[in-house]
Amino acid sequence: MSQERIIEVENLVKKFGNFVANDHLTFHVNKGEIFGFLGANGAGKTTAIRILCGLSAPTSGKVSVAGFDAYKQTEKIKRNIGYMSQKFSLYEDLTPFENIQFYGGIYGMSAKVIKERSEKLFKRLEFEEFKNKLIKEIPLGWRQKLAFSVAVFHQPKIVFLDEPTGGVDPITRRQFWDLIYQAANDGITVFVTTHYMDEAEYCNRASIMVDGRIADLDTPLNLIKKYNTTSMDEVFYLLARNMNKQ
Amino acid sequence: MDAIVAEKITKQFKETVALKEVSFQVRAHELFGFIGPDGAGKTTLFRLIASLMLPNSGSLKVLGLDPVTEFKALRKKLGYMPGRFSLYQDLTVEENLDFYATIFGTTIEENYDLIKDIYSHIEPFKTRPAGKLSGGMKQKLALSCALIHKPELLILDEPTTGVDAVSRKEFWQMLKNLQKQGITVVVSTPYMDEAALCDRVALIQKGSLLSVDTPENIINSFKTELYGLRSVDMYNLLIQLKAYAFCENAHLFGQYIHASFKGELNRNDLLNYLKTKGIEDVEITGIKPGIEDCFMQLMVSNETLETV
Repeated sequence: MSQERIIEVENLVKKFGNFVANDHLTFHVNKGEIFGFLGANGAGKTTAIRILCGLSAPTSGKVSVAGFDAYKQTEKIKRNIGYMSQKFSLYEDLTPFENIQFYGGIYGMSAKVIKERSEKLFKRLEFEEFKNKLIKEIPLGWRQKLAFSVAVFHQPKIVFLDEPTGGVDPITRRQFWDLIYQAANDGITVFVTTHYMDEAEYCNRASIMVDGRIADLDTPLNLIKKYNTTSMDEVFYLLARNMNKQ
Repeated sequence: MDAIVAEKITKQFKETVALKEVSFQVRAHELFGFIGPDGAGKTTLFRLIASLMLPNSGSLKVLGLDPVTEFKALRKKLGYMPGRFSLYQDLTVEENLDFYATIFGTTIEENYDLIKDIYSHIEPFKTRPAGKLSGGMKQKLALSCALIHKPELLILDEPTTGVDAVSRKEFWQMLKNLQKQGITVVVSTPYMDEAALCDRVALIQKGSLLSVDTPENIINSFKTELYGLRSVDMYNLLIQLKAYAFCENAHLFGQYIHASFKGELNRNDLLNYLKTKGIEDVEITGIKPGIEDCFMQLMVSNETLETV
């Protein structure tokens, strides 16, 4: 893995009125890394992700994503990233190919490239039987796998995944992680949030946010050793619970 | 008396079969869990139990009552917390609770003991509109409202979905406390690790029950020897294991890959094979399966049956 930094955040602060949602966050993400962004509900993860995606401006601090500035170059950031969430990702009344045409078109891809790449994609995912069905007729697990493929269809530098595996069955959940590993192998940086702590262990590095701050950040193995625990689940519980009390 | 007796319940929406001849019993005072992914049929089943929907066929008794013909009597004894937040967003915390108490002909004071542990967390915000509460607080209010008429049976549809690991543990502690006070608790969840917190569980997938038993018995019925493997490059190890001729299954599980093999594992053969693929640091240990391992094994054998 190269040590080129694709996301750099220094003293990021985001306030809503008097409420400090992000309190001096400092971290970086390396190119090609799978980075886990963990935290309890309300810890400030969504606020930070919105800033990294160019959807919301920081109150103060330095933020650079894919080499672009999060204050002035938000349109360039948006062109260079992909995004997928559990809640919404594909249009249910369109077919998989129509969704791809739509997203590919938004990113300015030519009709020819869209067609070629989508054929390869359907073959690789063994998705042919669902190709002409509406998204709402396709089982949830398949939808999530397709949503991920659509999010990286324009070959972004970074893909943001916000709880991508919530509610899917355990086999599909693992197939989904196979796709994440493949994308990382292809050089796409993966920035992922999850409530499944076993998935936290699949990340190269993970941060744990508590009350607007990053409580700790390291490889899962180092975090587990540091807190004298046996799993990321225990590390998370220890950090998130202790902070709540303060 | 059993709290719920279901025999061969089927529920269809047009051509979609949401529940396929589902049979189970929930004993009185039990903490019973339905565990399965989205789309398995959990919500449909809970709506049938709550008398909000009619089954196409099969028989269902809840607290000895028929939810189709005796729904009025049943609803007095049943507490239901739906998966989607369904309280009045523009009423305050206290107004919502008061509303539900009044509907059931009781008062907050009368049953305060039962909800005290839960409601005390949100009582400082009782003049706040419910729509302005955080996710965790909404959940506590919804639970208080479902309990205010002192039901004999409480059913909760995915109360912990999207909730972080710490809050989930707290919520389960609340459910345990309610069980101690004599309430039968039936809960659904997509999180396999929550199975261990139930007295008995039903594993549900595609409208069918894969297994109904205690978590311990389900784990003991796992059919093959299971091994945990790890190496520095887990992704490569996973790919090579899946390609290994004697590998039956290989799945990522946190820091380990869980794998089962055809016949008895020949460690030397596996180690030699991995060596030819450039993996020399592999660590192999026999391990005890978890509920998630069992779920996946049952899922696969169920799907094989379907296609035969």
